[in-house]
Amino acid sequence: MKRTIFAALSAALLATGAIADEMKLAVTTSFHNSGLSDILLPRIKEDTGIEVQLLVVGTGQAIKLGEAGDVDAILVHSRKAEDGFLAGGFGTHRREIMYNDFVFIGPSTDAAHVAEAESAANALARIMTAQAPFVSRGDDSGTHKKELSLWAAAEIAPEGAWYKAVGAGMGAALNTAAGLDAYIMADRASWLNFGNKGNLALLYAGDPILFNQYAYLPVNPDKHEHVETELAAKLEAWLVSDTAKALINDYKINGETLFVFNAK
Amino acid sequence: MEIWSGITEAFWLLVTLDADLVEITLRSLYVTLTALVIASAIALPLGALLAVRRFRARRITIAVLNALMGLPPVVVGLIVYVLLSRSGPFGVLGLLFTPTAMIIAQVIIIVPLIASIAHQALRELWSDYHDLLISMNTTQAQRVQALLWDGRRALLTASLAGFGRAIGEVGAIMVVGGNIDHHTRVLTTAIALETGKGEFALALGLGFVLIAMAIAVNLAIHVIGRTERGGRW
Repeated sequence: MKRTIFAALSAALLATGAIADEMKLAVTTSFHNSGLSDILLPRIKEDTGIEVQLLVVGTGQAIKLGEAGDVDAILVHSRKAEDGFLAGGFGTHRREIMYNDFVFIGPSTDAAHVAEAESAANALARIMTAQAPFVSRGDDSGTHKKELSLWAAAEIAPEGAWYKAVGAGMGAALNTAAGLDAYIMADRASWLNFGNKGNLALLYAGDPILFNQYAYLPVNPDKHEHVETELAAKLEAWLVSDTAKALINDYKINGETLFVFNAK
Repeated sequence: MEIWSGITEAFWLLVTLDADLVEITLRSLYVTLTALVIASAIALPLGALLAVRRFRARRITIAVLNALMGLPPVVVGLIVYVLLSRSGPFGVLGLLFTPTAMIIAQVIIIVPLIASIAHQALRELWSDYHDLLISMNTTQAQRVQALLWDGRRALLTASLAGFGRAIGEVGAIMVVGGNIDHHTRVLTTAIALETGKGEFALALGLGFVLIAMAIAVNLAIHVIGRTERGGRW
């Protein structure tokens, strides 16, 4: 019996043995939900031979995975958290890759008149004044942090029965908003790719404060010597290349551009 | 109707033998069946031993096993995650976000379940066999062997219960596997992902595939084991 258990265990271990040129990259849900990763990953494999394994998580967890050395690099969008990551010595550097933007989604009846807002802060003030239900990610993700910073900028403390922090990813939060006919802030890519729009509609976008910068941060090999530094560098070189630029800028859903490449 | 489009989706996925579907279905089976074999190898003898042997901590062991049947998978996932993380005690093995990590988590989840059910079934068998086996002056190992063999059909039920819990489990394997496409994505995590994307039809379709597969595996095991066909019971 002992031998059987041992054989089963070792078979399981062998079956998962590493194949050359694999690296793990933690990315945010918004990046993955946009569908852009499905375009980029096959090209990366073709051009560099690297098989990038994506861990799709919120920015908060992506940073944690990087700090623990469980991934080789992270691609996230929360400047403050990224700076903290670098200050702690967990990453080697930060490379800006591209940006997209956040939009306000709400019921098409728009009881709070968000569509007539003059700015992002004004849109939030209208939601608060109307006490219209608002779904917040509430999961410490980049989008959640952005939303909180917008409330702070609008000098509103989002509290009360109308403010619903669901503690879920972008898609799950959008599902909740669709079910409740609530307002929500989402990244444009996730919204366009979302399959269960229900009564919801895009109500407000365009304030420069809503731009959302994605940055690539390789994990520091001084902290975790097992990280695939070479592969991470190779991937970075590809991400800032002209090939990546063309793919990112040309990626459209329903004729709308989602991401703007701005790597230097 | 959402349900109807889910059924249609499942139908098309199956008749076209969608490559991704085949891949994640096979991975689901690989992870869960491996976990089942390992867990059964641990839990069935453990259940038999608990039935046969009287020792001081027996009662408490049984109580703990019974309680652990209700282990929340996400907690197991978190514990395995922390242990296997690069900054954890077993980090050097590099097992986090691999199918092996998912197998480990599922073994932990289903061992208490299989052991408890096995113990329950074998206890009754033991009360029948007790006098006979004692009078034959058997060793403990022989008694365990006799119970395991003669109780094999009840033990099959115990293992199938373990299979049922493991195949439908999402909380633990999501945490320790990471739901990486072509690497650790299985049926349940794919369903969670598609639900998150608002693709309810596809998510439901995958759900029906999962149910169909669970039924197929159970039937297959019954056919192989020749249960419900006369014989002993």
